[in-house]
Amino acid sequence: MSTLLEVSGVSVSFDGFKAINNLSFQIADAELRAVIGPNGAGKTTFMDIITGKTKPDEGRVVYGDRGDSLLKMSESKIAQAGIGRKFQRPTVFEDQSVFDNLMMALRKTRGPLAVLFFKPTPEDEDKVAQLASEIGLSAALHRKSGELSHGQKQWLEIGMLLAQDPRLLLVDEPAAGMTPAEREHTTDILREAAKTRAVVVVEHDMEFVRRLNCKVTVLHEGSVLAEGSLDHVTKNEQVIEVYLGR
Amino acid sequence: MSDVALGSRRQPFALRFPSVMVFLAILALFTLGVTILSEGFGIGVISTSFVKTLGKTLCLCLVALAMDLVWGYCGILSLGHMAFFGLGGYAIGMWLMYARTEIIVLESLAAAPLPPTPQEVSDGIASQIFGVVGASEFPPIWVFAHSLPLQLAAVVIVPGLLALVFGWLAFRSRVTGVYLSILTQAMTLALSLHLFQNDSGLRGNNGLSGLQNLPGLSDVPQSIVSMWFFWASALALGLGYLLCAWVVSGKFGSVIRAIRDDEARVRFLGYPVEAFKLVIFTLTAVIAGIAGALYYPQAGIINPAEIAPIASIYLAVWVAIGGRGRLYGAVIGAAFVSLVSTWFTGGQAPDINLGFYTISWVDWWTVLLGLSFVCVTLYAPKGIGGLVDLIVDRRSPNRHGADLGPDQGALREQEAEK
Amino acid sequence: MLRFVASLFVCLTLALPAFAQQADAPIQQLLQSQSDLILESSRRTIAPAIDALANSGLPEAQVVMDKWQAREMWVNEETGLFVYAEEVDRDTLRIFDFADGSEIGTVPDDGFDQLKPNSGIRGMIGTALVQFQLSDPNRATRQRALDAIERGAEESHLAALRASIPTEEDATILARKQRLERLLTIAYGETDAERIAAIESFAGDLSVDVRAALNPLVATRVEAAETLPDADDIGRVLKPGSEALTRDDAYALLVRADLAKPRISREDQRNALIANIDNGSVAGIQVATLDSQAARDMAYAALADQGTVSAVATEAEVDDRLANHVFYERYIGAPPEVVAAAQLALRAIENKVALNQAFDLGLDALSLASIYFLAAIGLAITFGVMGVINMAHGEFIMMGAYTGYVVQLFIPDYTLSILVAIPLAFAVTFGAGVAMERLVIRWLYHRPLETLLATFGISIALQQIAKNIFGTQARPLTAPGWLDGSLVINDIVSISFIRIAIFVLALLFLALFLFVMNRTRLGLEVRAVTQNPRMAASMGINPDKINMLTFGFGSGIAGIAGVAIGLYAKVTSEMGSDYIVQSFMTVVVGGVGNIWGTLLGATMVGSLQKGIEFLNPSNTLAAQTYMILFIILFIQFRPKGIIALKGRAAEA
Repeated sequence: MSTLLEVSGVSVSFDGFKAINNLSFQIADAELRAVIGPNGAGKTTFMDIITGKTKPDEGRVVYGDRGDSLLKMSESKIAQAGIGRKFQRPTVFEDQSVFDNLMMALRKTRGPLAVLFFKPTPEDEDKVAQLASEIGLSAALHRKSGELSHGQKQWLEIGMLLAQDPRLLLVDEPAAGMTPAEREHTTDILREAAKTRAVVVVEHDMEFVRRLNCKVTVLHEGSVLAEGSLDHVTKNEQVIEVYLGR
Repeated sequence: MSDVALGSRRQPFALRFPSVMVFLAILALFTLGVTILSEGFGIGVISTSFVKTLGKTLCLCLVALAMDLVWGYCGILSLGHMAFFGLGGYAIGMWLMYARTEIIVLESLAAAPLPPTPQEVSDGIASQIFGVVGASEFPPIWVFAHSLPLQLAAVVIVPGLLALVFGWLAFRSRVTGVYLSILTQAMTLALSLHLFQNDSGLRGNNGLSGLQNLPGLSDVPQSIVSMWFFWASALALGLGYLLCAWVVSGKFGSVIRAIRDDEARVRFLGYPVEAFKLVIFTLTAVIAGIAGALYYPQAGIINPAEIAPIASIYLAVWVAIGGRGRLYGAVIGAAFVSLVSTWFTGGQAPDINLGFYTISWVDWWTVLLGLSFVCVTLYAPKGIGGLVDLIVDRRSPNRHGADLGPDQGALREQEAEK
Repeated sequence: MLRFVASLFVCLTLALPAFAQQADAPIQQLLQSQSDLILESSRRTIAPAIDALANSGLPEAQVVMDKWQAREMWVNEETGLFVYAEEVDRDTLRIFDFADGSEIGTVPDDGFDQLKPNSGIRGMIGTALVQFQLSDPNRATRQRALDAIERGAEESHLAALRASIPTEEDATILARKQRLERLLTIAYGETDAERIAAIESFAGDLSVDVRAALNPLVATRVEAAETLPDADDIGRVLKPGSEALTRDDAYALLVRADLAKPRISREDQRNALIANIDNGSVAGIQVATLDSQAARDMAYAALADQGTVSAVATEAEVDDRLANHVFYERYIGAPPEVVAAAQLALRAIENKVALNQAFDLGLDALSLASIYFLAAIGLAITFGVMGVINMAHGEFIMMGAYTGYVVQLFIPDYTLSILVAIPLAFAVTFGAGVAMERLVIRWLYHRPLETLLATFGISIALQQIAKNIFGTQARPLTAPGWLDGSLVINDIVSISFIRIAIFVLALLFLALFLFVMNRTRLGLEVRAVTQNPRMAASMGINPDKINMLTFGFGSGIAGIAGVAIGLYAKVTSEMGSDYIVQSFMTVVVGGVGNIWGTLLGATMVGSLQKGIEFLNPSNTLAAQTYMILFIILFIQFRPKGIIALKGRAAEA
């Protein structure tokens, strides 16, 4: 398996506080990876760096077959290059219908003129309908997404991610605020997605991570503390110390 | 516009957007009614000056539409669109003034014993136009003033180009929210201060005048000319409304509303947010320029005071009072406030005698407007357009105090539609 | 009738003593010798008479000139003798003899004519009088004489001045005299060496009078010749068409010097053509075809060939003539060596002047920066700290200024009234700010765009209310007397006390702000609430109260700034809107949320505006335009201002 994303030696500090400290990380095509770590470990900043929201002070972030550096690209260019991100809190466009949200996310030319003259084809609409059924929102297709429940918004956001058809999926705490049944469904979707693309899941919930059954990276104070299977890392002394306290 | 999502996409445009059709029908009826009642073509119930007021109001509605598109839909509170409006007026005003003065100068020179040389004609026009600012030569920016097509192009190009350059600079450095508003206000202030100077080449604070007279058509009475402009304004408003409705209806509308509510999220979807903002900013500047080019020939005079930042803030006031984020709201707001304003400041409103003090509306109208604007912002963020919701039974959902998005331009809870 | 005869008799008897005058005294003889000129009393011809008097060496000459200048000199119609006189009443004079100042008697004025020198002549007399006054025992008179010389120096003054120096006892006046002597030497010195020495003694002197003395020396006249003359009084060579010498001027010079044929103006050419229209054509050319300049030139040339009009230079000839001549400046003010010394001295002075001007400009910029800082500091609190954009901030400034004006209506003592006005203005605008926060702004936190528009509504309402109450004309806010005048450092650098006061006030505000924010409980709570309102609330701080107080504090400071700005500018209902955009610019440029940033922003905006005004002094509007454009560009490169917050705090 070839490496899809390689982060090496990245550091970033805010007003003297080192949020990320010489972090290195690799993920291959079609790999599912969980990233865990206590509060303030730098998980969100790590995602910010990959998606271009935060520019690191030093280090390299290389992506894709041609090894493009993501550091010189804008957020929208990075997203167009195939990196999708789901935020911690569901951020869907609440003023618009589920259909519009999905249609907006659908992988298409993103330029303003192309969008202005865009007319959805029947195939596009079928694709949206299919996505909606995958995330269980077929019945709510023409409802405003602002009226959905918290869990449904999470689904919608995952659906939008899938609609983007990204090569690398960054998912921040997908199971937050979900019922156990919803969690199970989410796990299935993520594992299904990881068959064709790389998926990075940031999660607190060990049970959820265990169910994902994948390689785990533990972050602490901005750098990688341990990496390996969940069982492997939970046996690591340092991890235990960080997570469980002395 | 909840009807966007409810209708199937394969239906014709008109059926998907009944409000557009309703608006166009009302506009057509209004135009017909005014024509029948006018002095120029009808029974003469409406005076020519009132026809001009109505025509000007239509132009203000058009620029309010542009403002709604950029603010209500895209979340950019621009305090510069009246500057674009003024630039459109200046562009057409230059030709009107040049062409009319040329006719006058040619007439006066025709009586001379020698036929005039081109230089004499040009000097004659220049000293007529620029005598008030103590100059007698054409400034470089008047180089196209002789040509109607070129100045008409300038109506579109000058505001468009300014918006493009300014927007490109502002958006690429990610200036958003109030900062952008202040920056656009500064741009407007700089432009009006520039035009106030005599050596700006546009007659300083005298501005351009006599624009109500169409060159070569001095035989046509104003009652007829005013109707021509009224029709043109109505047509422009109709077309502008259709254009705006089309822009906001499809995926583009989705994206710009998404930008308004949560710009960062749109970026992570892969949309170049800056390019979208730039397109909207420039497009609305062009619409504003066209509205200005139709407005000022009806007003007869344009001067830099019209461009001052306060005019652009009033524009935002109209849209807010009418109800932002809905096109008809902008039109209602502009028409309502500007007509009521004309009524109050024109001295037609009866003064209120309190015994110890007489409230003269000419003096107190601005106070009333300012306070009513505060009240609208506080208690009726949906504006007058919110009344329409009562009829079609749309209510705002209970969002537990959450706005539609994290961005400063996002709609408020009360503005959300069920 | 009888009374008339009696009075006539009295007059005659009274007139008799007039004949007791000393007709042969030297001063009287001198006057008699100049009698025609004096009586003619014409400015053009009077000079020799005044010179004769001034140079006579007679001690009485000063009295004569004094009286003459004061219109107290009279001439006896019969004898032609001059006397001076006091008018006893309308018809009677008490006359005195110039020779010894003795009273001759009281006479009716019928026999005497009063000499009424016009102001021009009086001035000339005054100049001549100076040499006497220079040695006058009265110190004030000597000072006056020096003043007179400074106003209008003459060659004769130099000798008088030099003569008066050895006997001068007063050190101050002596210094003045010596300086004046050197100045006069520059203009009137006999030898070049003497003049050059005087010039060099002034090296680096910034006074305006030195430059006024030197400038005439380097005066030039533009001349033209076929080849550049080889002389040492030749200055720059000028190119026709350059800024120093336009083509038209250059050619006009050639025409005046008879080096070229005259040109004809288009107007004159047109008139000449019109005058020669004959049966629809000019010199055989159809009038209808004369609609271009080329055609008219041709027609005129044809007329010239016929001899009807005089030939004029064609454009080609003009070019040719101009190309064949050199244009140069010739020094006409002084001999070349003196010119060289003067140029050297002027250059040295100019350098020093430029340095001082830069310093003066710096002071100007500083005082403008203080004003912007004053206007912006309240905003730095409401906008910078709380993130509330208050478009009515300018109107709070206005309210403060009007408060000062109203206080002055009731308290006429300006010092006291300002002392009362400052706390009162704070109280009034603090109240207004708290009311606004309670009624409007607190409903709109985190909705800055709506806040902007709502506060704008308040702004236009307040402005109109002020207009309705106080009218549209500017109201004065008078500074106390001790703030009048300015601190003069030299002829170039000076700064008015009021600007110094505003600068001091700005520093005080900065200190007050820093004290309140960093050293008081209120400041601590404000910082807590702005950084994390929920956390602050959970720690027992009432965010509502803190927000209200902070907003009131910011508004109150705007009120005090209003009093200060009102002292410096006029109080009008629109004064707030003059400052609002600049104030926001100041805060934004400096970096939101940081008082030092606001200080830097104010300094930058102020010095920028003064700098641009200096480059383009005639046009303050243009200066403001360019300044705003510059700020717009500046924000491109530092969108977060000079001092930017980084990290998560900036994204919040």
